[in-house]
Parts: sequence; structure tokens; C-alpha cells
Amino acid sequence: MCQECGCGVSGGDVKIGGHSPVDHGHHHAHGDHGHPDHGHDHGHLHGTKTLDLNVSLMAKNDRLAERNRGFFHAKKLLVLNVVSSPGSGKTTFIRETAVQLAGKLRVGVIVGDLATDNDAARLRGAGIPVVQITTGTVCHLDADMVSKAAEQLDLDQLDVLVIENVGNLVCPADYDLGEDLRVVLLSTTEGEDKPLKYPPMFHSAHVAIVTKSDLAKAAGFDREVALANLNRVSHHAEIFELSSKTGKGMKPWLDYLVNLRAQGGVQPAHHHH
Amino acid sequence: MHEVSIMEEAVRLAVDAAKSSGADRVTHLRLRVGALSGVVPDALRFAFDVVCRGTLAEGASLEIEPVAAASWCPVCRSEFAGTDFFNECPGCHKVCGELQRGREIEIATVETN
Repeated sequence: MCQECGCGVSGGDVKIGGHSPVDHGHHHAHGDHGHPDHGHDHGHLHGTKTLDLNVSLMAKNDRLAERNRGFFHAKKLLVLNVVSSPGSGKTTFIRETAVQLAGKLRVGVIVGDLATDNDAARLRGAGIPVVQITTGTVCHLDADMVSKAAEQLDLDQLDVLVIENVGNLVCPADYDLGEDLRVVLLSTTEGEDKPLKYPPMFHSAHVAIVTKSDLAKAAGFDREVALANLNRVSHHAEIFELSSKTGKGMKPWLDYLVNLRAQGGVQPAHHHH
Repeated sequence: MHEVSIMEEAVRLAVDAAKSSGADRVTHLRLRVGALSGVVPDALRFAFDVVCRGTLAEGASLEIEPVAAASWCPVCRSEFAGTDFFNECPGCHKVCGELQRGREIEIATVETN
């Protein structure tokens, strides 16, 4: 329940780049101002009525995500949504990806966290352009937060935009952000059955990365079982095994990104609602 | 979890629909939630009262219609019931990953007054 994961009412608490979005005086070029205009007078017809809506509750986010996707494609950006449990090594993985791509691709990062800007500071320290979204009590990023955060980066100076989602394998699964690739991390210290425990997230991923491979032995990580579980739940995903810390296994992942960006034709992300 | 955000969107849509039809109050909401949607009905119910407070939907009742998961077997060209993302077709025993139903998070109807 909500008390356990700390997720609360959205609006209110979300801060982007250290400012509350409501404080921004400037116009948001591609934010959502999509309140339907009911300007005409309907009069008041009393009595019980049943209205058929039959719409997905994710529809608004999905629309905004498609708008982000079109905007990012126009900017020729390759966009990654990186998800995992807390502590799987997202920030180190993203930092090493950005640093090692230097000279080939320019990487910017949007970081989501419930509180603190420690992750953003770690990335900024490596010279990477970063915007922080502090979600307050909200346990996931949504497409609207991403569109507002992206305005604070000079996207024309970037080739790859990495979105570091809130550490959570449940809630972010349902929120398309407009990414090309959903990248899920599974660290060797977490247990081989994570894909079976969180199938919606692992099933929706385009790329699954086994991280902290340098710790596999110490953690008693059963690689065969983990790969079998990934192949079952994320059967269409590209799988990489690497250690961000030692750099082992990074090259195939970096080459994959360089090739994907060079093709320019990233397959549209498919999500399951 | 994200049930509060989802419930906020449901109440927003219900209140908008009520306003555009000229109604003063939302009295009942019916949602459809798939077994594999990742959304917990009890958490939605918990969020509902909080989210309705101070809106046209305050005091409304909530009904959640569960939707069981169903997969499609491309070999047998038929649908079969399942409990997971990957289910074995009872006809040909192929493991099928194409869900037909079970991921829904929808608002079905709204009753107004």
C-alpha cells in the first residue's frame, strides 16, 4: 500500500531542477495544458445518469509520452528509460555509459529520485549535463515530469538522453515516458528470481542488463538460472552482462548504443496497456 | 505504489464527464482492473476516499470489476484463460506470451446526479 512505498498524491511535491514546476513563470512549450474546454453552457439536467467512458487511466500519460517521443525523434535523440530496484547500480551504470561514450555520443541525463540530489551530483561531478526531478512522495516518473525536465537540457547538444527512473520495479512499469528503449537492470547481488517477481517490468523492457558481474561469485549468483528467467520473461529483450565498476562487458553495450543511434531508426517502443 | 496517481486520474475523468453532462455530483465509479495490471484493488480503494475529498465525487461509491488474464494461441487460433504473462495453451501446449486481456486499468462508467 501507499504508506509502504511512500507514494502519495501527485502534483504538489514534484520538483524539477530544484524548482517547483508551479513556480515557473515561463511558458512550457510542450508541457501539458490539456484541460478540455467545456466553455459552452450545458444547463443543469438533474437525475441519475450513467456515463460510459471506457478509457484507459493511462491514456493521458500515454498521449504525453507519444508527444515526448515525437519531440525527441525530431531532435534525433536516442532516449533510454533506465529502471531497477533501489541499489542495483543505475547511477554508476549511467555515469560509466556517458563517460565511455564521450567522443562518440553526447549523453545528458534526467534523474528521478524521491528525495536528495545525490545521484545528480554524482553525475554532474563527471561532467555530464543533468536535470534532477525530485518526486517527493511519487514513486515513479511520468511523461509530464520528463517533458518539463527535458526543457532544462540543451537537447540540441545531445545525442542520447538517459532517464534514470525512481528505484522501483513496480510502479514505473505502467508509465511510458516517450523513451526508445526501456532498460532494466538486474544486479548479481539481488537474486536470480527478480524477473519472475516483477514480470510487468521485465516483460516491458527492450534491454535487460545484468550488472555488478564482478560481484557474482561473492554473491553466489546463479548466472544460468538468472539468464533462463530473463529469457522467459523478457524473451524479446537484448541481454548484456557487465560490471560498471571494472568496465568488463561494457563494450558490447556501448557498441549497441552507437549502432542504434547510427541507424537513426530506433524501433518504436511497445508497451502493454 | 502508483494507485494514488491512477485514482486521481479516474476521479479527474469522472468529474470532467459529470461537469460536461451538466451533473452536480458523481455518485458511483466503475473501474476495470486486469489481474496482471500491477495495480492492487485494495490500494485503489484506499486511495479513492482521499482523492475524492473536496471534489464533485466526494461520497461516491467505487466498484472495481476484475478482468481475468487471457492469452491467445496463434497455433490453435483460440483464446484461453491464464494466470501469468506466459501461459501454456491447453490445446497444443505451446507457451504463449500474447495477452489478450488482463492488463486493463480503465474507467468504465460514471453515475452522476
